[in-house]
Amino acid sequence: MIPQAFDYYAPTSVADALRLLRQHGDEAKLLAGGHSLLPIMKLRLSTPECLIDLGRIEELRFINEADDGSLAIGAMSTYHDIKNSALVQTRVPALAAAAGEVGDVQVQNKGTIGGSLAHADPAGDFPALALALNFELVTATARSGRTIAIDRFFRDLLTTALRPNEILTEVHVPALPPRTGVSYQKLPNKASHYAVVGVAASITLDDSGVCTEARIGVTGAGPKAVRARSTERILKGKHVDAAVIRRAAKRAAANVEDFNDDLHASAEYREHLTTVFAERAIEEALSRAG
Amino acid sequence: MVAGQISKLIGSRVKRKEDPRLITGEGKYTDDVILPNMAYFAVLRSPYAHARINSIDTAQAAAHPDVLGVMTGAEVNERCSEPFPLFAILDDMKYPERWPMAAAKVTYVGEPVAAVAASSRAAARDALDLIDVDYEPLPVVTDMETAADAGQPLIHEELGTNLCYEAADQAGDPDRAFAEADGVVEARLEQPRLIPNPMETRAAVADYERSSGNATLWVTTQNPHIERMVAARMLGMPENKLRVIAIDVGGGFGCKINTYSESIIAIALAERIGRPVKWAEDRTEHFVSTSHGRGQAQYVEAAYKKDGTLLGMKLKIYADLGAYAQVISHVIPTLTPSLSPGVYGIRDIGWTTIGVYTNKIPYDAYRGAGRPEAAYIIERVMDLIADATGKDPVAVRRKNFIPKDAFPYETPTGMEYDSADYDAALDKALAIADYDGLRAEQKAQRKAGNLMGIGVTVTTEVCGFGPAAAMGGLGGFESATVRVDPMGKVTVLTGASPHGQGEETSFAQIVADDLGVPFEDVEIIHGDTSIVARGVGTFGSRTLVVGGTAILKANEQIKDKAKRIATALLEDKIGDTLAPQSITLEDGLFAVQDMPDQYVTWAEVGSEAYDGQLLPEDEQPGLEAVSFWEPPGLTFPFSAHIAVVEIDQDTGEVSLKRYVSVDDCGTVINPTLVEGQIHGGLAQGIGQALLEQAVWDDEGQLVSGSLMDYAMPFAQEFPMFELDRTVTPSPVNPLGAKGIGEMATISATPTVANAVVDALSHLGVTHVDIPMTGERIWRVLQKHGRRRRGGRS
Repeated sequence: MIPQAFDYYAPTSVADALRLLRQHGDEAKLLAGGHSLLPIMKLRLSTPECLIDLGRIEELRFINEADDGSLAIGAMSTYHDIKNSALVQTRVPALAAAAGEVGDVQVQNKGTIGGSLAHADPAGDFPALALALNFELVTATARSGRTIAIDRFFRDLLTTALRPNEILTEVHVPALPPRTGVSYQKLPNKASHYAVVGVAASITLDDSGVCTEARIGVTGAGPKAVRARSTERILKGKHVDAAVIRRAAKRAAANVEDFNDDLHASAEYREHLTTVFAERAIEEALSRAG
Repeated sequence: MVAGQISKLIGSRVKRKEDPRLITGEGKYTDDVILPNMAYFAVLRSPYAHARINSIDTAQAAAHPDVLGVMTGAEVNERCSEPFPLFAILDDMKYPERWPMAAAKVTYVGEPVAAVAASSRAAARDALDLIDVDYEPLPVVTDMETAADAGQPLIHEELGTNLCYEAADQAGDPDRAFAEADGVVEARLEQPRLIPNPMETRAAVADYERSSGNATLWVTTQNPHIERMVAARMLGMPENKLRVIAIDVGGGFGCKINTYSESIIAIALAERIGRPVKWAEDRTEHFVSTSHGRGQAQYVEAAYKKDGTLLGMKLKIYADLGAYAQVISHVIPTLTPSLSPGVYGIRDIGWTTIGVYTNKIPYDAYRGAGRPEAAYIIERVMDLIADATGKDPVAVRRKNFIPKDAFPYETPTGMEYDSADYDAALDKALAIADYDGLRAEQKAQRKAGNLMGIGVTVTTEVCGFGPAAAMGGLGGFESATVRVDPMGKVTVLTGASPHGQGEETSFAQIVADDLGVPFEDVEIIHGDTSIVARGVGTFGSRTLVVGGTAILKANEQIKDKAKRIATALLEDKIGDTLAPQSITLEDGLFAVQDMPDQYVTWAEVGSEAYDGQLLPEDEQPGLEAVSFWEPPGLTFPFSAHIAVVEIDQDTGEVSLKRYVSVDDCGTVINPTLVEGQIHGGLAQGIGQALLEQAVWDDEGQLVSGSLMDYAMPFAQEFPMFELDRTVTPSPVNPLGAKGIGEMATISATPTVANAVVDALSHLGVTHVDIPMTGERIWRVLQKHGRRRRGGRS
């Protein structure tokens, strides 16, 4: 478990990190918490010549609230930061709770929200939450930067909309409208504690109890996290009762293009689990929407 | 213990003596050894399960600036004068010569092919990538049941077969039993291979002194003396030229019994480059370079009577030995039929054990070694009979128990059980669990549409190895040296090699009580063949039973001599002659009988033993005794376990709600240590039932090759274990101890398996293979018509 030799840089500002990134180009990898990158380097499945460690860039580690109640979370905020943030606990309690279910304490202490999203592990927990909570991802490049809507972010297995010269700097979590409930439900892989399948649901009701907005994110099922749009369509505009939930959850697997089939679960079982955890997530989100 | 002596420490919860050292990072593990001028080596391993090696080119690696030496398999093998020795060879057993490394061909993924020594760990690893091996892949054998069929690729061509042995035998008259039976149950049971994963992976450090030809090997072993014997033989060294050291070893579970190639490579490389070398196994490497456990396919037929009596059994057991047999690994599967009667009075059994070679890393002992596989068979059979006869599993077990007045009891398979009272243990477990209450609750849960199961087992196993005849040439003794110094402090050298079990504590308790010295005055030394002359080691729950008794026997000699010295001192003190018999030893004081004020202490006796001025004429100085003790028989701890599970019908996931463990290991020296063994044992046994399995693909690649893919249990997955015990002392050793290292592991797997099947039994399910993963249970539920929505509102 010894990686191939590499150069190591630990810039203290985003500007310096971008400069290094431009300088080293394809030979460089950005290092966040390291819990995904370092193991594959130790197995020599990834052999970057240069690591740019973002861990000492203070400006990437913050959790702030804007006037509209939305949250801005620095990309290098750890799961531990998110789990223990009074702001997150108050504004988006399901996100704080989910951060406390990622991996184990060591992973929570080192793993970051930005690293998780940029790595786009098909079984990561946060990609599902990001889809359900409609994250916006703020990036920086040497010239400027941009904001990427989460719906356009996950492209394929371990592939995102990020460009090689771009650093994810901030995650923007929109304020939850009134009467919105959020829940993340997963079956943890017994070995890795990644999600075999995980489903995040965000449900908003109007005063009469009709569902006005539903966003369902599914992780673990296929090569990338996706929204269960068929499920969302069934929920929206309805007074959601047990029968509707069941019908909606049944369609949760419809937007997963290709189910993962491996040692931990067959494609068939994953497809089934997607409907099970969709139902559980919707039920709980609904109960939290009040 | 000694009649009339008040036990003070034996039976009490003395804190582990070794913990402060281990907890504060002062442990001396092999990878902690740093020697001046030490180099590091790495091992190139086969990526193929079966391939011919056409050539190896090491030139580029050798040219690496930090590389100090490269040895191919052929070169290391050339250095050896003998292949790996095997012990306890079975009748008609076919086995190949096994040398430390692959030379002409590789037979499993992970087999060592070449080794590189370099000035740093990283450089040694880098240089592996510079070695070019030309492999010619060969067809692969992975399935144990067809491995020996005609037409299969041969793993060892010289044997002409992949069959290691087929051992068939019977006791009583199984055919008659089946003819007289009211019914027969049958099953095919899988015992997947497991990967031991002790906390500490393996490591080896070798230092070779060219001037003297003496070598020192620090190594992660459970048995340094066997390691010394094997390595010395293979390297053609006299045993007194090789010192093996294993001070702290972080767990083994059986996988550190074997002498591995890396020990031989280490010494060969140290000789070659003239510098000490170190190798430490990666966790990922561990998965393919350290022996696995279990790995059986078991066919069982059991004949029963309507009243639940088990009349007879026929067993056919396939054992996946992997590419080679090692030490006594081939014998382990034969323990399965031997222990298959369990705690029951069955007399008619027929069995066939088939050990085969496959293109997998060799299998070896793993916590229980052959006995968990036996307990699994018989305890599944008991539930199958309960199901077939419509009786409660508890009633069926009681019906078949060997009665408590039948001990010592010889099983039809030739085991002599020392002592037991199975009803007492079962009664206790049932009471703790509130068994009737659980059955009532289960009824209510089923009515509500929920799946709740209760598993019960009563099991036994064989420990305390053993009489030499049971050890096939490894020796059945343990040695002890007890030394009292001039200050009256005691040093004990033991040939056992505790590696986590805590015998530095339990042995010190025994010595403190037996000699009447303070616990703090006793030092236990182990794990260095230059300090402890001989030993067998720690495995098969033998350490306390055999090693502890050896200490008692040495104490007897010490006490005798001490009393003679005390007599001389007291005679001098009171100015009169005394008979040694009139001297008593109580609470560490040697006193004249009926004159309690006239006494001398261990310090006075110890001082005199070396000062020697008042010693009797015929007494030589010194106060030290060596004893070797071999037990006259084996010990058989037993247990009654109850598990309660619930099944999530949507996912098939099993959750363990309660676990009651009543275990009988005879005399308990330290309840905390016993409970620690039970907790860890349960975790491993439950892990086997629910999670663990090594998975290979058709090419012989280990798919579950890391802790990201091979699931082991986390503490959070367990309820608080409910422990209790009964105490039935063993008559085969003076301590009355039976051993507890493996009992809980052995019982836990069938207990949880029985609970899961019980949760599904009303749906017509009679067996599910382990590990009982969510997907496996979900498939069973699909098949047995359980709708997903059942029970949910």
